[in-house]
Amino acid sequence: MHLTPDHIVFIRWGLLHLNATILYTWILIALLTTFSWLITRSLAGPAEPRSRWQNAIEVIVENIRAQIRALCPTGADTYLPFIGSLFLFIVCSSLLEIVPGWHAPTASLSTTAALAISVGVAVPVFGILSQGFAAYFRHYLRPTVIMLPFHLLSETSRNLALAVRLFGNIMSGAMIAGMLLAIAPFFAPVPMQMLALLTGVIQAYVFAILAMVYIAAAVQRGQEG
Amino acid sequence: MDKVTVMGAVSIIMAAFCMAIGSIAPALGEGRAVAQALAAIAQQPDESATISRTLLIGLAMIESIAIYCFVIAIVLIFANPFWNYVIAKAGG
Repeated sequence: MHLTPDHIVFIRWGLLHLNATILYTWILIALLTTFSWLITRSLAGPAEPRSRWQNAIEVIVENIRAQIRALCPTGADTYLPFIGSLFLFIVCSSLLEIVPGWHAPTASLSTTAALAISVGVAVPVFGILSQGFAAYFRHYLRPTVIMLPFHLLSETSRNLALAVRLFGNIMSGAMIAGMLLAIAPFFAPVPMQMLALLTGVIQAYVFAILAMVYIAAAVQRGQEG
Repeated sequence: MDKVTVMGAVSIIMAAFCMAIGSIAPALGEGRAVAQALAAIAQQPDESATISRTLLIGLAMIESIAIYCFVIAIVLIFANPFWNYVIAKAGG
């Protein structure tokens, strides 16, 4: 039993290892890109009849946009590509667990750390874009300079929590299924895998919403003064 | 008992304790949060969307404590950082 898909190495090429995490990430990216390209290739206008694929994708995008708008009423479309990509990547990687042989790339700490780092970079970028360099970093010195290390600590720890939470949830789902497969095969793992699918969707939602909460906090801080 | 046995036994027992003790507080916290959210939804059914979104975010925050414990337990059992050191010491 493998703890993470990092340990399944397909090709060794000097120092470079092609492990299951990287391979399944590539497959997932290719799948998402191909589907989006195929569907958005011929989009129907407002008055024309839509294809069922366009309808499906519009439902997804509209719901993500509504969730973002509930947290950050102004400029939801600015954050839609970032938050939507995070959500779709995590949710597809968890849901594809129903395909035999699939290893969710989010069950590896490397993938979740990369996602959390991209959130950690996006928060100050959106903050600076909305209120300017000086105004954004002045917040770190509030209410006094003494609070600076605590602000930095809280930002680091919340990004760490973002990575470890997703990793722990997805990895535990795969792991429990693997253990039950060894103890009581065939029927016992099925309900646990259903639970793992549910957990995967909830964690994708939580990850995207938390990223949006952090961005909204960084953006709205300046508007309040 | 030689060093390797002690190390293995301590790791496994401590992983179990980590999980057992570490899940008490988040369980109490999550139970309290869900109970409060249900009471709030019962009083104001119109606000259920906002309440359940905030509840999910809060639950994820609380649950991350239990997840930390779980990760540490898993590390102790499957990827113990002291394991190689002990084997090297015991092997001479």
